Order: sequence, then structure tokens, then C-alpha cells
Amino acid sequence: MGSPNGNGVVMDLEGAFLLFVLVLDSTARVAVPLIFCALAGLFAERSGVIDIGLEGKMLAAAFAAAATAAVTQSSWIGLGAGVVVSIAFAMLHGFACITHRGSQVVSGLAINILVSGLTVTLGIAWFHEGGQTPLLVDDARFPPIEWPGTNVVGGVPIIGPIYKELLSGHNVLVYLAFFVVPLSWWILYRTRFGLRLRAVGENPTAVDTAGISVQWLRYRAMLLCGVLCGLAGTYLSTAHGASFIRDMTAGKGYIALAAMIFGKWRPLPAMLACLLFGFLDSVAARLQGVELPVVGQIPVQFIQALPYVVTVILLAGFIGRAVAPKASGIPYVKER
Amino acid sequence: MTPSDRRVDGLRNAIDPPAVELININKRFGSVQANRNVSLSIAPATIHGIVGENGAGKSTLMSILFGFYQANSGEIRVNGKTTRIRTTEEAIRAGIGMVHQHFMLVDSFTVLENVVLGAESGRLLKESLSTARQTLDLLESKYGLEVNVDTLVGDLPVGLQQRVEILKALYREAQILILDEPTGVLTPQESEQLFNILLGLRDRGVTVILITHKLREIMAITDTVTVMRGGEVVAHRTTSQTSEPELAELMVGRKVLLRVEKGISQPGSVVLDVREVETIDQRGVKRLHNVSFNVRSGEIVGIAGVSGNGQSELLEVLAGIRTVTAGRISLNGKPLIDQFNPRDAGQVRGLGVGHVPEDRLRMGLVRSFEAMESSILGIHSDRRFNAMVFMKLDAVLENCRHKMEAFDVRPRNPHLVTVNFSGGNQQKLVLAREMDEKPGLLLVGQPTRGVDIGAIEFIHKEIVAMRDAGRAVLLVSVELEEIMSLADRILVMFDGHIVGEVTASHASEQELGLMMANAATPASAIRS
Repeated sequence: MGSPNGNGVVMDLEGAFLLFVLVLDSTARVAVPLIFCALAGLFAERSGVIDIGLEGKMLAAAFAAAATAAVTQSSWIGLGAGVVVSIAFAMLHGFACITHRGSQVVSGLAINILVSGLTVTLGIAWFHEGGQTPLLVDDARFPPIEWPGTNVVGGVPIIGPIYKELLSGHNVLVYLAFFVVPLSWWILYRTRFGLRLRAVGENPTAVDTAGISVQWLRYRAMLLCGVLCGLAGTYLSTAHGASFIRDMTAGKGYIALAAMIFGKWRPLPAMLACLLFGFLDSVAARLQGVELPVVGQIPVQFIQALPYVVTVILLAGFIGRAVAPKASGIPYVKER
Repeated sequence: MTPSDRRVDGLRNAIDPPAVELININKRFGSVQANRNVSLSIAPATIHGIVGENGAGKSTLMSILFGFYQANSGEIRVNGKTTRIRTTEEAIRAGIGMVHQHFMLVDSFTVLENVVLGAESGRLLKESLSTARQTLDLLESKYGLEVNVDTLVGDLPVGLQQRVEILKALYREAQILILDEPTGVLTPQESEQLFNILLGLRDRGVTVILITHKLREIMAITDTVTVMRGGEVVAHRTTSQTSEPELAELMVGRKVLLRVEKGISQPGSVVLDVREVETIDQRGVKRLHNVSFNVRSGEIVGIAGVSGNGQSELLEVLAGIRTVTAGRISLNGKPLIDQFNPRDAGQVRGLGVGHVPEDRLRMGLVRSFEAMESSILGIHSDRRFNAMVFMKLDAVLENCRHKMEAFDVRPRNPHLVTVNFSGGNQQKLVLAREMDEKPGLLLVGQPTRGVDIGAIEFIHKEIVAMRDAGRAVLLVSVELEEIMSLADRILVMFDGHIVGEVTASHASEQELGLMMANAATPASAIRS
């Protein structure tokens, strides 16, 4: 690679490449909860239920998982608790919006507010650490999974860093997230359940007159939504982090919602949108304190705001016509 | 067993039990008794019509038969056996299929996916889709219901969407097919095709139940007919032994004038002159192309066309609701609206244009307003009703009383909330408001949509009276019959163009229908 007297350049290139791989690596880590949540929102909205309570469910799951893992010293029991609590909130949302045809926005918002306060209150009552859960020891967290031969392959140029840093060394939930994306696609487009789910979000009356229960379909969609939010929350507090911190979701649920819309309610594009947001986040983290040519050092606040600013800009103008499922947000009432 | 195997011989009607028997069906919604002791019996392999005005309980009755609602009491027998139908699923299992007035289709799905939805053969789609593809092939050729199964339903014209609905029912092996107002959205030619399909189905053993308020259709293809009024059955007839006037009288409960009585028009000077008008919607699609015509005082000009071909846009442009992107419109020789001088709806109204919008509940009235409030919408700033800060409520009330009296709005309660009036009475409220201002030009969209026969008669009379008082009337309606009986001149719209003009006295339904489908250009067509 390069000319004999271009060693410095080669070094720089390699360094830049490694940096790039590391940014991608952290992109993946940051994107995981977004991907779970975006898919959760996707199942809900494809069935016709708007769920702005992704944030709340994720936060509740994060708390439940961290608290349970701290007590039982088992990450897997923590995961179970996170998912169960998230499902419970999903069912609450379903009960309010599907059974009682309440406002989906109000119900989602209520869950967000409730969880934001409840987690801290319970945290203080149970652990006396100002709303946090105790720091988890390694056994109670999801450990990174090293792929075989990382040390050998790691030395190979280009492929090495990609294999060692980007592909290997993540915890199981990261791999799961990237597996759930094609799985969701398959469920939506290749199964009977997927066909009915897509139909019920477009024209619930058509589904009803075809002899299928609209409510039961929507509840099943909410169940999936709950499971996925549970995974997202558990990841935040027991895999990505090592404890629950108050309001640790920090708007990720809303960003996931934006990614879902940006991806036009389709799993693969939604994942790409999540990765874009993750990438911006990672770049922002790297940019902190760095002197850039012309502009100089960028204020930290601005960099931290970047992903949100981009979200607004993308949603406002760059996504073209995003057509939501037609019946999304409308409670189903047999006409009279 | 497929439906055609069930066909026996000419004697089947005498031997077989009725395909459908309803016995003393009762259904109430809150305080409204939608069906009261309804009983009827339909012989297999016949076409049975159910007629009645809006709110007569036809659709409710069929929704009960299809399991969409449950009756409070009563019995349903299918092929002689008492059958419990509590859900649509049970209805489908009993061999009942329904083509709803508003199609139950998912626009973003292909025809194949729509047919398969709810009738999948397994958890995975692949197998269901390939089975359905084969079965549909058979059904299509057997019943002459050709349609490309891989097209998105949203891209199909309504006539074909309806075909998909019929295929859906047949795919579920329906032997009893209910059609709710199936011709409302079709051109006369499409209706003709539909009737041929229905006759074909009957000959292959399918029992067809046709709900309609169009008596001509009943006379044209049914074998027997049931008339409903106010939730009750008022008569059963064999179609060959009854007549349109008799059915109309049974429906309304009194003698009705089916034809509009009007003299020859005496057109005066040009009131409305439209020249090369175009409009482009928010999505950048051109909705009106080079539209030119005029309306004279003392004449009714009707605009015919299948809905969605630019009629709505034309009305909105003329009323000042939608912007003109090219061309000019003048009123009594003075410029009214053009590209550079937009006028809003209030200004247009101020210059003497009345507008009865197509969708009265969305554009003509405020659902939650009291009748007296709805009856001054658009003229609410007028000195008569407005004292700068406060409304002159006494004047508003008096005005509403007067309008209700003049236009026979029932009940005569100015405080009743708008949405609680029946469709016909809501429409009368709008007409009263618009006509009472004595506009030089009256724009009327779908004046009798969702309106009872009795009220239709009244509304038609009032429109003709406007004409006879020397005013210009522009009428838009998707009911060809209405256009033909009311208008003096008929323009046909297709895809935003005016594709033809005919004098009403010389118009034939055939010719108009072909023009509506843009399949024929009459000698008198306007060249652009």
C-alpha cells in the first residue's frame, strides 16, 4: 500500500480507517435500543395503534431489568423482568386504546410521565441511591461475545479491524437487534399474521368483515411492541450501561419513532435510519473537544443537540411523502 | 361442492327450502328501532331486491344477516336450517358473502392479497397465495370476472374493485351474495356489466340479495322484491307483477312524483362565464384542464361524470375555495376570479353566488351547531345577524324559523343540533340558507345524496323554482337520472376535461354513459 516515501500518509490512513471502524462500532451500540424501539413502534402503528409510549416502556424495562439483575445477580432474569414489565405497560396501553378506544396519544404520554416518576420513586425506596440502581457486577450484565480467532484475524489489514472491532465483541442483545430486523420483515411480508397486521392498520373494517378480530390482532401487535421495548430497555441498563440512571432513555423512544417514520414504516429502512442517528451520536461524541479547521472547537451543547437537530430537519423535509398506515391512531368502532 | 353443482332444475324453487329466511328480526340502537319484526324469505338461485329510503333499515338488516351486528331477537334460517350468526366469520361459514357499499378492501394490497386476507390456508403466505391464484383463475373464467390479480387494488377503477369484492365472496364459497347499493359508484355501462355478472351468478345457483334505492335496477334484474319503510317490511312483491310507481309509493307511504315537472327553460343573458380555467392541487396534479362553458339566467346546467373527474374541483374553484391557476371566470360580464385576482369564498358569496357544497356535513354545516347557527353560516357577519360584538340572536332565531317553515325542515326546532337532523333535512337547511339570499348564480353539488325520495322531490322542485325565477343554476351530480331530469343542458366531465355537451331533451343515458367513460365523442363535443 502506498509509495515508499509515503509512510506517514499510510499511517494516517490506517489511523483514520481504525477511527472510522471505531465510530461504526459505537454507531451499532448506540443504534441497538433505537432499532428495537423503532420495530416496536412499527408493529404497533402497522396495526393502527400509535405508540408514543415507547420511551416509557423502554425506561420501565431498563429499571426493572437493572433492579432485578442487581438483586438476582443474573442478567437473564433481569432481561425477563424487563420484558415482562414492558409487556405489562403495552397491555395497559392496549387496554386504554384498543378495548376502551381512548386517545392513543394521551395514553402513551401518560405512560411516559408515569414511568419517568415511578422508576425514580421505586429506585429511591428500594436502593437508597438517589433513584439509581446499584452498579451491576459483570455476571449480572450481558458480556461481550468474542468471535473465534479475533487475535489471529485482528492483525490482517482492513479485514482485521472490521472483524475484531466491528463484528466481534458485542453482547448478545446487539446481535439480536440486527437479527430481529430481517425477522420482522419476514413476519410482516411472509406470514399470515403479517398480512393481517398490515391490513388492520390500513382498513380495520375490511379485516373485521373478513371475519378476523381487529382487537385481538392489535393486542398481539402490542405484545410484540412490549417485547421489543423490553429488549431495548434491558440493553440500556444491563448491557450498554451497568445500572439504571433516572431518565436514562433521554428521548431515544421519540428518536426511534422518528426513525420509524423516516423508514416509512418498513423494517430495513427504519434500521438504516436508526443507524444514521446512531452514527450522528457517535460522531458527536468523538467531536467533543476536538479543534476543527475554520470553526474551531464546537461547543459541547451544540454537538449533543446535533442528532436531535438532524431528526427535526429530516422529518421536516427530507423524507418525501411518508404515508402512514391509514387507520393509524384511529380507534376501531363498528360504524353505526 | 361449488355453487354451480347445486343447480338442479326448474323445479328447485318449489322443492328446495328458502336460501335465506329471516323471522321476526328486531334490532335497536339505543332509542332507535332500526328493524322491527322483519320477516322475509328468499328462494334459492334468485335475485331478490330490498328497497327502501335511507334509514329504512335495509343495511342494518343485511348487516345482521352478515353477522356484523347481532339482532336483539329473531331467527335466521339458511337453506332451511336455523343458523346462529353472531360474527362475520359464522356468516362466511354459512355461505354468505357481502359486497359493501364502501368496499372492504386494503388499497395498498394487491388483488390477490385482498382475496386471501382472512381466508389464508396456513400460517405462511406463500402457499395461500399460490392456491388463491389457481382458484381465482377458475372463478374468473367461470363467472367472467376477469381482473389482474397482481395489481394494487388502489390502482383499479371502482368497477373492478367491486369485482374484487365479488371474487372475495366467491373465493369463500359464498352461495348467498349480498350487495349493498352496488351501483352508486358505477357508470351506467359498468352497472350493466355488473348486472350481467349477477344474472350469471344466479344461473349458476347463487342467491343474490340486492339492496338499492334505485327502482329501475329493481325492475331490471330482480325476481322478487321486499319494500322496507321505517325499519319494517311493508310489502313483498314479485317483480314482474309490480311497477316503479307502486314501489315508490310503498317506500314513501304516499304518492310520489318520480319525474321532475318543469316547463321549457327560457335562458336569458350569460351569468357565469368560465374561460379556459385550470387548477392544480397541492400535490401538483392538474385537476381541471382548459375548462370553458357558460350558464345563462333561467337555465340549469348539469355536470355529469363519474365522481372524481374534476366536478368537485370545478365547484370549489367557482365558489372561491380552490385557487385558479389559469383562465378566468366572470359573473354578469364582470371579472369574478382569475389567476391574478383571487377572491375568497366570502367575497364570491358577497357578489351573489350561492353554494350548496357536495359534502354538506364537511363543508356546508357544522355538525355540532344548533340549526339556527348552521342556518347563518357564511352570512353570519351580515348586519341582520351581527351587531359588531354580539350576535343578534333573536334575528338569528327568527331567520331560522322562517327558513324551516319555507323549506319544510323537520323537526322545526331551531335549537336541535345539526347532526341530529336526517340527511334530507340537513340538506334542506343548506338549500334554504343558500336560496334565501336570492343569489344570481346557484352552485349545487350532489343535492340529493343520502336524501329520501320524499325530500328529493321537494329539493328538485325548489331548484326548478330557482331557475324559473330567472337565476342561473349549475348542478353537479353523480346521479345521471337526476342530471337528466333537472338540467336543461348537460356537460360531461372526464379526467378534468369537459368532454361533451348535450341538450337535456336530446340526451340518452347510453350516450352520456359512454361520454362519462370517455368512450365516445358526440358530434357536439367541445373541441379544445
